[in-house]
Amino acid sequence: MHRSRFLFPVLAFGALALYPLAGGGFGIDLVTKIMVYAIFALSLELLAGTTGLVSFGHAAFFGIGAYAAVMLSPQSGPASALWLAPACMLAAAGYALAVGALSLRTKGVYFIMVTLAFAQMAYYVVHDTPFGGGTDGIYLTLKPTLAGLDLDQALLLYGFTLGCLMLVFALLALLLRSTFGRALAGIRVNEQRMRATGFSTYPYKLAAFVLSGAIAGLAGFLFAVKDGFVNPEMMGWHLSGAVLIMIILGGLGHLEGALIGAFAFALLQELFKSEAVFGAFAKHWQLGLGLAIIACVALLPRGLIGVPELLRERLVGRRNGARAAAEVQHELA
Amino acid sequence: MDLATFLIQCLNSLQYGLLLFLVASGLTLIFGIMGVINLAHGSFYMIGAYMAHALAPPVAATFGGGFFAVLAVGTVLAVVLGYVLEWAFFSFLYGREHLQQVLMTYGLILVFEELRSLLLGDDVHGVQAPPSLAGSLPLGELMTYPVYRLFISGVCVALALGMYFVFTRTRIGMMIRAGSANREMVQSLGIDIQFLYRVVFAAGVAIAVFAGMVAAPVSSVYPGMGNSVLIVCFVVVVIGGIGSIRGALLAALLIGAVDTFGKVLLPQAAGVLVYVLMALILLWKPDGLFKAG
Amino acid sequence: MTFFRLAFAAALAAGTTASAFAQATDRIKVGLMLPYTGTYASLGTAIENGFRLYLDENGGKLAGKTVEFFKVDDESDPAKAVDNTNKLVKRDNVDVLVGTVHSGVAMAMAKVARETQTLLIVPNAGADAITGPMCAPNIFRTSFSNWQPAYAMGLVAAEQQKHKTAVTITWKYAAGDESAKGFKEGFESKGGKVVKELSLPFPNVEFQALLTEIAAAKPDAVYAFFAGGGAVKFVKDYAGAGLKSKIPLYGPGFLTDGTLEAQGDAASGMLTTLHYGDDLAQPKDKQFRLNYAKAYKLQPDVYAVQGYDAAQLLAAGLAAAQGDIKKRDAVVRGMEQARLDSPRGALAMSKAHNPVQDVYLRKVEGHANKTIGVAVKQLADPARGCKLGT
Repeated sequence: MHRSRFLFPVLAFGALALYPLAGGGFGIDLVTKIMVYAIFALSLELLAGTTGLVSFGHAAFFGIGAYAAVMLSPQSGPASALWLAPACMLAAAGYALAVGALSLRTKGVYFIMVTLAFAQMAYYVVHDTPFGGGTDGIYLTLKPTLAGLDLDQALLLYGFTLGCLMLVFALLALLLRSTFGRALAGIRVNEQRMRATGFSTYPYKLAAFVLSGAIAGLAGFLFAVKDGFVNPEMMGWHLSGAVLIMIILGGLGHLEGALIGAFAFALLQELFKSEAVFGAFAKHWQLGLGLAIIACVALLPRGLIGVPELLRERLVGRRNGARAAAEVQHELA
Repeated sequence: MDLATFLIQCLNSLQYGLLLFLVASGLTLIFGIMGVINLAHGSFYMIGAYMAHALAPPVAATFGGGFFAVLAVGTVLAVVLGYVLEWAFFSFLYGREHLQQVLMTYGLILVFEELRSLLLGDDVHGVQAPPSLAGSLPLGELMTYPVYRLFISGVCVALALGMYFVFTRTRIGMMIRAGSANREMVQSLGIDIQFLYRVVFAAGVAIAVFAGMVAAPVSSVYPGMGNSVLIVCFVVVVIGGIGSIRGALLAALLIGAVDTFGKVLLPQAAGVLVYVLMALILLWKPDGLFKAG
Repeated sequence: MTFFRLAFAAALAAGTTASAFAQATDRIKVGLMLPYTGTYASLGTAIENGFRLYLDENGGKLAGKTVEFFKVDDESDPAKAVDNTNKLVKRDNVDVLVGTVHSGVAMAMAKVARETQTLLIVPNAGADAITGPMCAPNIFRTSFSNWQPAYAMGLVAAEQQKHKTAVTITWKYAAGDESAKGFKEGFESKGGKVVKELSLPFPNVEFQALLTEIAAAKPDAVYAFFAGGGAVKFVKDYAGAGLKSKIPLYGPGFLTDGTLEAQGDAASGMLTTLHYGDDLAQPKDKQFRLNYAKAYKLQPDVYAVQGYDAAQLLAAGLAAAQGDIKKRDAVVRGMEQARLDSPRGALAMSKAHNPVQDVYLRKVEGHANKTIGVAVKQLADPARGCKLGT
């Protein structure tokens, strides 16, 4: 068990590091995008999976990170990612602090809806006011640089994104094993009992919320740099819903689940949209995706991450059954 | 704004609020009692609207037609649909992680939307209001008010009263309320909770479909129409307090008023006002206006 | 984990097959990025049908070249737009991009087209910026700018209909704002006055409150910009509120196009302006409508015309470059100088690559937009902010 915990991230990140050797220009773009979504999913995983706080407005922090990337970029020349990225995270974290401080007063479904409300507020601010380009969105004309290198180059951005992803993953993994992480897990399992033992849960939840917002902001920053274009839809509830779907699909309660979910969701979409596979039916790709999701829920109670365990249970269960039968026969004989 | 205009705007906000209640009430039933966050609620509304459009010719051929015949046939079909859906997709989910249901209903949205596209195409359609309700009443100097809108408001009020009655005064309502409060307890009392849930789900779906059919003559029928009502339905249910019928009604009326007067008085911020309202109410009362049970 | 590896292999395959495609010069790769799902799905289909119809009329070829199509559903989602465009540009290596309906998505396409120097033909999205500040030698539009039909309607309302005051109403988003502004510019240039500019959040369709505002303001005319399901509901609500017989309602053609059947009697007699009508009485249009109906068992609409002209424009560019799409300058020059025999009438490109076209005045009769005249002859978008050809 202990070994396999390291096995997955090592294999996954190793594969991602080697991918550019095999992937073409588009493949690199695609995987970059999915890695950005994976960072985004990890940020929500910290809240929803670990702490049990389901946010349905996480796109707001993603969007604020993205808009900050465009608006803070100076007109005169490219910004350095080394200060721009933290600045975007700070912007998202700032909004997360305000939203978290207020919304953590509510619980359960009400929390889900309050986070949605705050996200919709941010959405309408950029959608309905000329501030931020309105509905048509705005362009990031000068991509930031990293140590003198231009992040406009796909391969460099790929590496940078992978680095961010590994960093976020490692940070969260360490965090979850610390006292802080255990406190969050305790809050998820039974907040009332934590409180009853004199443990003040609010600061922990707020800290998790702000950290999560900051990481979502990082994802948004990367997305803006990758696309060079931001639009209000990046704060829309569709995206908040999509990232929630990713982590549920992957399997809640595991950091790996967020990674798997992001990849599975994006690749399933690519698969069902692919004309090479489905021909003219590809335009009805939503049907395939919908059915695949329903099948996942029906067959995989713990999400995709539960697949190996499910298989093992099946196999071991059968073997145990066989052994028991043999023992019974032995006794009878 | 002079007094006459103000009064007309009050009427508008009341009417919009009642319409919101009609659409959201099925959601509060399913959400409040079964705890299922049903993202596909908007799809049921969409299905209803398309039923009003597509069922008219076959119903006319078999039963002699008329809007009300379509309404009746559609509602019966919706009950069957809800019953079957609960059996096929939800009955095995109750023991699972709560969010699995979210994933399931998300999958259903995609499937319903594509099936609609495959079966009925992507065009916009209009639905005729029944001739008996096609007239309009004078209102102010220039305006008139369509009778059909009054009819919708009447239907909403009747529905609200009916739901309230069933919930508080009947045996099945009592069992449902008990079941939402404590599933195991009710089960151990020998009540078939499985069946009860199936009935509730079917009723919730039927109300959403019914709302879509009733709204079709004023809203018209178009792809993606379910998505546009989904979020505001959740807002209504949550502000009102999950599972509370009178809460949902009050919340719907509140939102109707905020939306109507927001558009008129603060057009720049009209989009954001409803969400500001929701945030304020939930910060003030973290369980919504009326906590159920 | 197995799944993860599998999925990874799939991504790998997707990446490599793209580069494996050899560049063949006897064929041209056209990337269609259109909405095939969601609210605008039927528009996307009409545009593609129109494009293909031109091909079919010419033996399946464009200027003698076989066309290979690559399709992407843009879902009308701007957040995915850059990715979707890159799918066509980087994965499929298309020679030409054709798309799309939604303005925000088209803005992202224009950005990718500028950066990668890919030829882009916009067959619908009316955002003024595309042939304004965003204009580029490799970006063309075969549809309209939001300004065009709106400005024309402003002139009609003031000059022909002799209205003095008007109210505009639209969704609060870029296309609506641009349209309302265009109307105001035309209307006020002829002495009219827009007394109130109403808007409501997109895609809210609860119009009653604003209709009451209109009734209270008592203008001579109302100009509305809505599309699809929202347009149907607005026109019906306007009639239902009893305003139709007292304050005439005007709009760009999108208010009625493709939705007349759904609007029923509520729309009858309404005047709209657009660069196309259902009975232009031109031989080219008659033939187009006949062929379209035969091929798709559907009546064509303005979107089909725009798709058809996108194919025509591309063919003109190709022909000017002897069929070699790689001779970019020649292709662009050919497209700039093209005089298209469009179903909507003669059509030429402005310096900013937006159509210079007649804008028709149409009247709703039955389920058709009957053309009753030309609102403005050969109207060109002012292309503010575009430095091309100056």
